[in-house]
Amino acid sequence: MQYTLSILVENQAGVLSKISGLFSRRGFNIDSLAVGVTADPKVSRITIVANGDEYVVEQLEKQLNKVIPVIKVKRLTDGEFISRELILIKVHCAPSKRSEIIKTAEIMQAKIVDASPDTVTVEYCECTNRVNTLIDMLKPYGIREIVRTGTVAIDRGTTAVSL
Amino acid sequence: MISGAEIMVKCLEAEGIKVVFGYPGATICPFYDKLYDSDIKHVLVRQEQNAAHMASGYARCSGSGKPGVCVATSGPGATNLITGIATAYTDSIPLVAITGQVKSSLLGRDVFQEADITGACEPFVKHSYIVKNTEELPRVFKEAFYIASTGRKGPVLIDIPMDIQENEIEGFTYPESVKILGYKPNTKGHAIQIKRAIEAIKASERPVIVSGGGVLLSGVKPKFQTFAERTGIPVISTMMGIGVMPSEHELYLGMLGTHGKPVANRALHEADLVIVCGARLGDRAVAKPHQMSEYNTVIHIDIDPAEIGKNVKTEIPIVGDMKNVMTMLLNEIGDYHVTRQWTETVRTWKNDMFRVPPKFEGFVEPRSLVSKLSSMLRSKAILVADVGQNQIWCANNFRIREGRFLTTGGMGTMGYSIPASIGAKLARPSRDVVVVCGDGSFQMSMNELATIAGQNLAIKIIIMRNHRLGMVRELQDFNYNCRHSATVLEGDPDFLKIAEAYGIDHAEADSNEEAEEIIKKMVKSDKPFILVCNVYPDTPSI
Ligand SMILES: Cc1ncc(C[n+]2csc(CCOP(=O)(O)OP(=O)(O)O)c2C)c(N)n1
Ligand SMILES: [Mg+2]
Repeated sequence: MQYTLSILVENQAGVLSKISGLFSRRGFNIDSLAVGVTADPKVSRITIVANGDEYVVEQLEKQLNKVIPVIKVKRLTDGEFISRELILIKVHCAPSKRSEIIKTAEIMQAKIVDASPDTVTVEYCECTNRVNTLIDMLKPYGIREIVRTGTVAIDRGTTAVSL
Repeated sequence: MISGAEIMVKCLEAEGIKVVFGYPGATICPFYDKLYDSDIKHVLVRQEQNAAHMASGYARCSGSGKPGVCVATSGPGATNLITGIATAYTDSIPLVAITGQVKSSLLGRDVFQEADITGACEPFVKHSYIVKNTEELPRVFKEAFYIASTGRKGPVLIDIPMDIQENEIEGFTYPESVKILGYKPNTKGHAIQIKRAIEAIKASERPVIVSGGGVLLSGVKPKFQTFAERTGIPVISTMMGIGVMPSEHELYLGMLGTHGKPVANRALHEADLVIVCGARLGDRAVAKPHQMSEYNTVIHIDIDPAEIGKNVKTEIPIVGDMKNVMTMLLNEIGDYHVTRQWTETVRTWKNDMFRVPPKFEGFVEPRSLVSKLSSMLRSKAILVADVGQNQIWCANNFRIREGRFLTTGGMGTMGYSIPASIGAKLARPSRDVVVVCGDGSFQMSMNELATIAGQNLAIKIIIMRNHRLGMVRELQDFNYNCRHSATVLEGDPDFLKIAEAYGIDHAEADSNEEAEEIIKKMVKSDKPFILVCNVYPDTPSI
């Protein structure tokens, strides 16, 4: 089971290592982790996507809550949040394939942000599923490099993760 | 103007700290210099690990609920503390550990005696700080003491670079309260869960209570006993929970687990309802905890929500301080009492399963001796057991009355008993404080005999000498075909001569009669004493 956690933390040194340490120590696997400051500069928000059964998720939430600088932990409900991930992909691109790759990017509504005689770089911001689809479509051309931010997520509608 | 070091001392004074345990070095010297002018007593230990154990023993016995305090220098001083800190963490003992650190400007450069101690201790502390500004010190101390002693108790580490101790600032005010956004332990039990618990208790036929260290830590012992007595529910304890009830109490069945009392395990197994109070139920307590709820309903009361459901599947979780939860349970329980049949069944098991351990000629029988020792001490005596067979002999045979039984049940750190007894004696100078340790564990902290002698603490140490790492050897007997790899203690010194060298009174016994005669004299003396008991090497743990 995959789940997404939103964690509000006090913006102080060492918080990230406390949290990532907790994951590795207790044998929880992280699929992605993204951090950034919130509207309140003293508070950061961490989005973690991880895998595990109900027992694991519950333990994880409880253990995270025990970390003193962690202010709030919320498990986002499936289907009730929007998630995005930014990805940059550098693809091998022989001149003969250039228009094909541009076409693929267009279909997926991705942007070409850079090019060289034998590569193009595509930027894409979407949910993880669509990001993976784009990667699959570009794979046959030969991928040189991928950079992903990890998922960030927000509740749909008026619900918010706040203090 | 006031220096950081002076502020540190003032913070400790503001917290009402009377004793700190420590060992100096260059980077903590500014603090030690100011401590010199303070009324706070400093106990100079002989190794930093023991400073943490002493602080643990002190905190467990002082009755104030305040954390024990230990101090070390940077680098090796700080790393020596780790085992002590980790022990306090697993045993949920409130501790504040203060370490010196290299100058802030040198942090991260691997200079002389720099160690990333907050990093190293990360898994073993409730929280830690590296202080970056002298101004922060009062807030950090206030928070550290608050965090260590509230919620699920545990150690908090404050790492303070030397320049932060030396810098001077305008003035000092100690904050009156703390404001930590992410730390608000829930101490009140949830009313609906309490109601469910009451219903489950009333519906049960064969309930038992399993109590852990949490009952002692929350200071709820009398109320807890009232609850058991009013309902007639038999009580089993974990190793950390020993002492929640007088051992001779008719409702008390003893310690559970692989090394526990058969009657305790049997009652747990046959129960249809288990009320777990402030216990984590590790694998030593319940061998297959996940299977427990297959045959009974579990109510789990704990201050730490993460403990509930972690090891044992729980039908009724109650997060809260035992003190509040017990009050609520007592208010709601009405005139419920277990059936006479259940009381009788348990009593029969208790009587049937009792046996007197066999003696070996020419040796002290440790289980009978510990049992006898109980009645030779005053009723508020504190017994400190080390780790190994000696610990099991004590756990199952010491008959506690109004006193305490201290040991490290969570971490099982050999060498705990001597330093912990020093903390206990300083916290409770008027009580009998007796250590029972093995010959292996004695040698892990016998350097602290100097601290005992130096402070002239009337601690009585009983060494159960079997020339073996007995508990591991027993394990080898069962699981490794009696291949005694590395469990025979060769080259041990004459412990009597060691005692002699420290100027500590001493004696040796080869039989229980002899040992009892010595104990009679020993308890009357107001000086430390070491009694070496020669124990038959193949004496079993239980
Ligand atoms: C610091 C530490 N090292 C190793 C162990 C593993 N251990 C558990 S019991 C034991 C033997 C203890 O020997 P001794 O103190 O002589 O006690 P006995 O079992 O003989 O009574 C050992 C080595 C431990 N618990 N702690
Ligand atoms: Mg031994």
